[in-house]
Amino acid sequence: MTQHLQHLYEVLSKVDGYVYPNEIELNWSILIVLYPYITGLVAGAFILASLERIFKLHVLRPTYGIALLTALSFMLVATMPLVSHLGKPFRAYEIMVTPHLSSAMAIFGFVYLWYLMVVLLLEIWFDYRCDMIIWAGETTGVKRFLYRAFSLWTTDISPKAVALDNKLGYIVTIIGVPSAFLLHGYVGFIFGSIKANPWWSTVLMPVIFLFSAIVSGIALVMLVYNVITRIRKVKIDMPCLDAIASYLFYILLIDFVLEGLDQIHRIYEAEESFDVLHNLVFGRLFFTMFIMQGLIGTVAPLLTLGTLQFYKPKEKIRKVIYMVIPALILVGIFFMRWNVVIGGQLFSKSFYGYTDFKIGLIGTEGYLMAAFWLIVPFAILSFLLWLFPPWKKKDEEHEVQNA
Amino acid sequence: MTQTRSKVTRRNFFKAGSIIVGGIAVASALTPFDGVLFATERPKGKGEWYGIGIDINKCIGCGKCANACKLENNVPKDPFYFRSWVEQYTIKNDGTILVESPNGGIDGFKQSVPDADIFKSFFVPKMCNHCAKSPCVQVCPVGATFETPEGIVLVDENYCIGCRYCVQACPYGCRFINPEKGTAEKCTLCIHRLEKGKNPACFEMCPTEARIYGDLNDPDSKINYFLKNHTCMVIKPNLNTGSKLFYNALSPEVR
Repeated sequence: MTQHLQHLYEVLSKVDGYVYPNEIELNWSILIVLYPYITGLVAGAFILASLERIFKLHVLRPTYGIALLTALSFMLVATMPLVSHLGKPFRAYEIMVTPHLSSAMAIFGFVYLWYLMVVLLLEIWFDYRCDMIIWAGETTGVKRFLYRAFSLWTTDISPKAVALDNKLGYIVTIIGVPSAFLLHGYVGFIFGSIKANPWWSTVLMPVIFLFSAIVSGIALVMLVYNVITRIRKVKIDMPCLDAIASYLFYILLIDFVLEGLDQIHRIYEAEESFDVLHNLVFGRLFFTMFIMQGLIGTVAPLLTLGTLQFYKPKEKIRKVIYMVIPALILVGIFFMRWNVVIGGQLFSKSFYGYTDFKIGLIGTEGYLMAAFWLIVPFAILSFLLWLFPPWKKKDEEHEVQNA
Repeated sequence: MTQTRSKVTRRNFFKAGSIIVGGIAVASALTPFDGVLFATERPKGKGEWYGIGIDINKCIGCGKCANACKLENNVPKDPFYFRSWVEQYTIKNDGTILVESPNGGIDGFKQSVPDADIFKSFFVPKMCNHCAKSPCVQVCPVGATFETPEGIVLVDENYCIGCRYCVQACPYGCRFINPEKGTAEKCTLCIHRLEKGKNPACFEMCPTEARIYGDLNDPDSKINYFLKNHTCMVIKPNLNTGSKLFYNALSPEVR
């Protein structure tokens, strides 16, 4: 408490111009930056998986299982930064029990549950049910128990049952794509619908969030696939990565154009808030916006991936590119969320000044806590990949044999 | 005649019937999403419905209102938590605008600009606008913040989850999170005093009677007299929040 006040007095000394007295404290900190970031990774990873399944882009097959498990790992953690940031975390369940229907935030719990329970879990279950039954027969001990439990003690692996699994899984994926769009477009709406804040209040916000989500999810799966193949010491499927890089380029381009359009619109209309936002962007947000989000996270990947569209360097160089570029994109999208969430609170709603922001290392809103919530999904993913290795699936082995 | 009768076949009857029933079902499924209606619906009810008037010409910037509010409502003393505060606007001859509110005006004001450079200067007391279409009420995910039938926007601290969405949604910066309780806090128009027939603390302490409040539904109330006899304006009218805090002599620089 005293430390918090000490921090606020420090911020008070750094206030530039005039801010309402209640605005000195930033209400949404790094945990709320993580929330749209993690949700975006989920939506993006799922959409990559569904490209393979619905649009029959079989070149993406090596990443299908990884993408689904990545989406699930991050989905399981998505609400944790939100809940741990609440003033009264033990009342979080009230959102589900007594949702206030005019609130954009109130419906998030339902959208989240729909996506987690109906889309992700079901799709993965249908995809793995047959394999889990087979693996249960091949393993012993805890692992065997886990396979049996997760397959809900079903035993039918007749061709008819497997065909039904595939059919139902396909239907869930079809429902899943609009659901993924809904999930992240909706997160954008939470910010975009705040008319009090001109930095957030734009109709493009849900669309921008959606495309940046797809970009970040694809980049994450690309990176995870790269790391996994290196750990497994197997050959990287270059046609697959080439294809992903190509999709990544086009979606990043759309994202860039949309964000550019948003800014051009702001500049051309130059409403009442223009001056305060202009100084914000060229002042306190300069580094995170122009350097981290713009140069490192958007322009450099765009130029590199763009070049690959008409000039293919050697495989060795492409391998390095496919490691570095997704990492840069992930950094860029993180800072995009940062610029929205933190940037939107750095200026006063009086449009007369700016407050300051500093994160500590420890504490519920510190760097360590944020790092923790970013590491946990990777720990979950490692566990899931150990339990449900997509490369050991029956159909995968079958495909390898056919090849 | 026979021809007309024959057109009403059983098939057509069911067709029309299902369209009507389906239409009603769809319409009733849509009504819970009152977020859409929120921006247009006008308040109902015939009882007392409070509005507030502040006469900027009368405010002398003594800060007693802000201090009284903190004392009456046990608001944390640190200069980051205010239900009510006063701003000093100074417009210089060169057109630049200086806004100050040291400790919310509780300790009074010192003019930092030399007299010769001042075009005009005035004080603006700020508090919750008790909006009829409150963005804060709209966004609360659990309905912990609500508008009473008397038009007072309140927070149920036993219900608030401390998500801070309302703080983000208030265009006037009137909300904060109580650092000890972890829940949202704001001006209650001293409803605990109103219920006992007393004036809110800030109104009671104002030495120049710059603040008045009253029933907007009563044509003879003080607030309606104030509105009739002054050129009143709300802050940020473009946001259509249905603000019920009306200022006399509000300068366009005030935000």
